[in-house]
Amino acid sequence: MIFAVITFPGSNCDRDCHDAIGRVLGYTARSVFHKERALGSCDAVVIPGGFSYGDYLRAGALAKLSPIMDDICRFADSGGLVIGICNGFQILCEAGLLPGALIRNQSLRFISRMVTLTVETNRSAFTSAYMTGQRIQIPIAHGEGCYVAEPSVVEQLEREGRVLFRYSGTIRGDEPDGNPNGSINSIAAIVNARGNVLGMMPHPERVCDPLLGGTDGQGVFLSMVSYRSRSRQESAPMAPSSADDS
Amino acid sequence: MKAKVLVTYKPGVLDPQGQTICEFLRNRGESRVCDVRIGKLVEFELEDMPREKAERMLDDIGHTLLANPVIETYEVVLP
Repeated sequence: MIFAVITFPGSNCDRDCHDAIGRVLGYTARSVFHKERALGSCDAVVIPGGFSYGDYLRAGALAKLSPIMDDICRFADSGGLVIGICNGFQILCEAGLLPGALIRNQSLRFISRMVTLTVETNRSAFTSAYMTGQRIQIPIAHGEGCYVAEPSVVEQLEREGRVLFRYSGTIRGDEPDGNPNGSINSIAAIVNARGNVLGMMPHPERVCDPLLGGTDGQGVFLSMVSYRSRSRQESAPMAPSSADDS
Repeated sequence: MKAKVLVTYKPGVLDPQGQTICEFLRNRGESRVCDVRIGKLVEFELEDMPREKAERMLDDIGHTLLANPVIETYEVVLP
């Protein structure tokens, strides 16, 4: 299983993803710079966290126009697994691969701490390794993680079971219901209609190695691996998105 | 030629910065301030070109880059 990890100028969780996928979980992580035009052959794409282009204009606004994004959109359109973490989630929304947008945290503060999430469903390519209703601990670190969308879009996400993780910590100061950033319906992660593109604000890659204080994030990557191996058995191998691996 | 694009939040989109400034002003006694919304002003210096051409170009830049249509609107201001 090969994960292509994208690096934009200002990405700062690309090495963490590399380490979690490669050293900790034993799969292959391959770096792809944002100026490349082709992903090469891979089974999944990781758009890591950080501050692409310094968050200038809006978080993710400039990264969505990077050369590699065309091939990521093609890869997603062909059913390939794409996960955007934190700034990656913001980029996927800006690029139109996911609905809605992420705006300033309601508190106007940058929040860096562990949060409790509820796994809303394990019937997805990204959560099958968990149990529905399971509560897991994954850290967040963001200033712009307040998820907003048109009411009709939110209603559709809920109806179609496309909210995969929800903030569900205990009440803590000015953060009612453990919703750290003011996201509508405490949404922490959503998938596209087809279910192959995930955006999440929490950082699963930071809780894969037990040395770092937890392993609750492993399930996200392991779910992707098992989804990919199931789909490989069921059908012909997925064609590389465009150009070769050179 | 000079031109401006104004980017503002759509009505209904939460603007905590604007709310904070509004509250701050009201706490200072400016009770006539009812609401504050924060936006962005982007100034352009362009080569001379017909007005309509500049308007089309900035409109294109506005919707592909400067504003996120989910949460923002924009307005092109030419002198």
